[in-house]
Amino acid sequence: MSSFTMVKALNEALRKELEADPKTLVMGEDVGRLGGVFRVTDGLHKDFGEDRVIDTPLAESGIVGTAIGLALRGYRPVVEIQFDGFVYPAFDQIVSQLAKMHARALGHVKLPVTVRIPYAGGIGAVEHHSESHEAYFAHTAGLKVVTPSNPVDAYWMLRQAVRCDDPVIFLEPKRRYWDKAELDPNAAGAPSRLHDARVAREGRDATLIAYGPMVKVCLDAAAAAEEDGRSLEVVDLRSLSPLDFDTVTASVQRTGRAVVVHEAPVFMGMGAELAARITERCFYALEAPVLRVGGYFAPYPPSRVEETFLPDLDRVLDAVDRSLAF
Amino acid sequence: MTVLDQQPDAAGPGRPHPAPPPWHPGAQAPRTDPAPLLPDPAPVRALGTPAASSLDPELLRGLYRRLVAGRRYNQQATTLTKQGRLAVYPASTGQEACEVAAAAVLREDDWLFPSYRDTLAVVSRGVDPLEALTLLRGDAHSGWDPVRWRTAPLSTPLATQLPHAVGLAHAARLRGDDVVALAMVGDGGTSEGDFHEALNFAAVLNAPVVFLVQNNGYAISVPLAKQSAAPSLAHKAVGYGVPGRLVDGNDAAAVHTVLAEAVEHARSGRGPVLVEAVTYRLDPHTNADDAGRYRGDDEVAAWRAHDPVALMERHLRDAGLLDDEAVRQAADAAEELAARMREEFHAEPKLDPMSLFAHVYAEPTPQLREQADQLAAELDAEAVAR
Ligand SMILES: Cc1ncc(C[n+]2csc(CCOP(=O)(O)OP(=O)(O)O)c2C)c(N)n1
Ligand SMILES: [Mg+2]
Repeated sequence: MSSFTMVKALNEALRKELEADPKTLVMGEDVGRLGGVFRVTDGLHKDFGEDRVIDTPLAESGIVGTAIGLALRGYRPVVEIQFDGFVYPAFDQIVSQLAKMHARALGHVKLPVTVRIPYAGGIGAVEHHSESHEAYFAHTAGLKVVTPSNPVDAYWMLRQAVRCDDPVIFLEPKRRYWDKAELDPNAAGAPSRLHDARVAREGRDATLIAYGPMVKVCLDAAAAAEEDGRSLEVVDLRSLSPLDFDTVTASVQRTGRAVVVHEAPVFMGMGAELAARITERCFYALEAPVLRVGGYFAPYPPSRVEETFLPDLDRVLDAVDRSLAF
Repeated sequence: MTVLDQQPDAAGPGRPHPAPPPWHPGAQAPRTDPAPLLPDPAPVRALGTPAASSLDPELLRGLYRRLVAGRRYNQQATTLTKQGRLAVYPASTGQEACEVAAAAVLREDDWLFPSYRDTLAVVSRGVDPLEALTLLRGDAHSGWDPVRWRTAPLSTPLATQLPHAVGLAHAARLRGDDVVALAMVGDGGTSEGDFHEALNFAAVLNAPVVFLVQNNGYAISVPLAKQSAAPSLAHKAVGYGVPGRLVDGNDAAAVHTVLAEAVEHARSGRGPVLVEAVTYRLDPHTNADDAGRYRGDDEVAAWRAHDPVALMERHLRDAGLLDDEAVRQAADAAEELAARMREEFHAEPKLDPMSLFAHVYAEPTPQLREQADQLAAELDAEAVAR
């Protein structure tokens, strides 16, 4: 056991996978010499060489398209998109090609490509560096979409994503990059499967459902609520597609109340799917409608106003109050 | 002789095949001859060469003053990032010749399409030096009215501004005026699909647009050798039927001359031009970058010796066009600018959080109004709690 930041945990996961399988490759803008702008690939270029850790030309469509070609010859590319807002030039390759090639080829080819994307806001960045676009990807059949909330999950989930034979969009909550946790990278196995949700905190009165950057906000909210005598359960979804509805349902059946929290705008967000499903599955257990907390339906704001945009403890607890008041 | 009299060719090796049909069916004009499109064999230079003696001294002195102010602007903005007054600043230190010349060659009614590093070109265009930093300070996504200044917002997603410049230039043709668009992009940006699509559209539409590629050798850490295998970035134009030019990007007089020729070419209806300016970014990529990870001090030192501000000063002094007094005046003006930046950036800006919803749609939608009400309630509750 030692202390890892999320960045270090991701770095260690890539190292382990590069060691385990010579067909695993890392590619993207500045991932080589520089080690990535967030240093997630730090040292890998030096240790595995430039054929396995590839500094690509600056072209996202080219990066993902080339990864697809490599996958057709049995390689397992792990692609880095430098920032969330720069994945869009690759959107066509991701949704039209990466997501569909397996189905179009009647299952004859596998596309074990992992697309890592630092996403979401809260680091005081300029525009196009704080996007929460998970719903676009989760809405695309053929893609798997996962997002860790802490260093331990980051480590194990990335290793599992790289080994997954389907394309995985791996969303890294960049404002949690420097959070720390104890991790044993040599433990015998992962604590859970890639697509399992996890109860991050147990509680009785209501369930907060979150993922990625918002899990910490919800845990903080639950801790604050405890002081007011309220017991909140927090479910960390971890996987957005597929969704582990069993864990979600089990929790809401117990608490009777659910609040979905994400950073992306509420309108047409993941919360809509969750609220609908919970209503379908837990209708008789529900004491209140499923509520949603999220960002506003506006372009992600400039950094000096981002605190206004981002869901915080108050916005979450306010929703809990409304749920409990029903 | 009639067809009936013709003897059929005997089958066998060497029997000639019929000629293929014209390989360019439907074309009105013959295919473009690539030779005149090819870039200059070496980057064009002016300062310190006989070519410079024919240049207008007042133009050169003006460029000098802008270079000096531009250098100081870059330094001051970088300092402001260290003090937390700016979120980020991608400095154009070492590239000031391109920045100021790009603005200087344009008419007021021409348009500039800057990339994210080109704040200085925007300032040189006349936009208020503080307004030009609005995006990088984090107050709003852009500070100026693009129509008033004929200057598009800084474009962070690389190369996306290039097709816009083409469309704007094509509009000039449709409207029958002689407005020209000048679009800026880096060496790395020339790898993006949008760069290639823009060049192709520009050529096919014969749009009056000038592409200025600042080749500063790196895209963050990635050196040009890993970015492109083209003979030069200017050669990329040729495949699209666009002339490419190559210029010493640290020689403000040369950049001005070549860009002015390109603008004139476009304005006179002869179509787009691509100019590659060879230059160097003396500072790190941004204040958040550690350039020591990917380049050596020797390389930086070699480029410091080819500094655009020093080159111009040396030329003007040698030609007897600049005295100590003029040098001091330029420095004083630059200091004044820096002082104003410090003063205004140390004041806390008042920002209205409701501005989130101000311009999402031309007319606020019902959902937007509902959102605005929610935020207003949230802010009220916070005010009460405080
Ligand atoms: C579409 C897109 N992908 C990635 C980035 C991240 N990024 C910002 S600057 C940069 C390097 C740009 O290099 P170059 O085009 O040479 O311009 P320079 O920084 O040298 O001015 C990268 C990769 C971006 N802004 N946009
Ligand atoms: Mg560059």
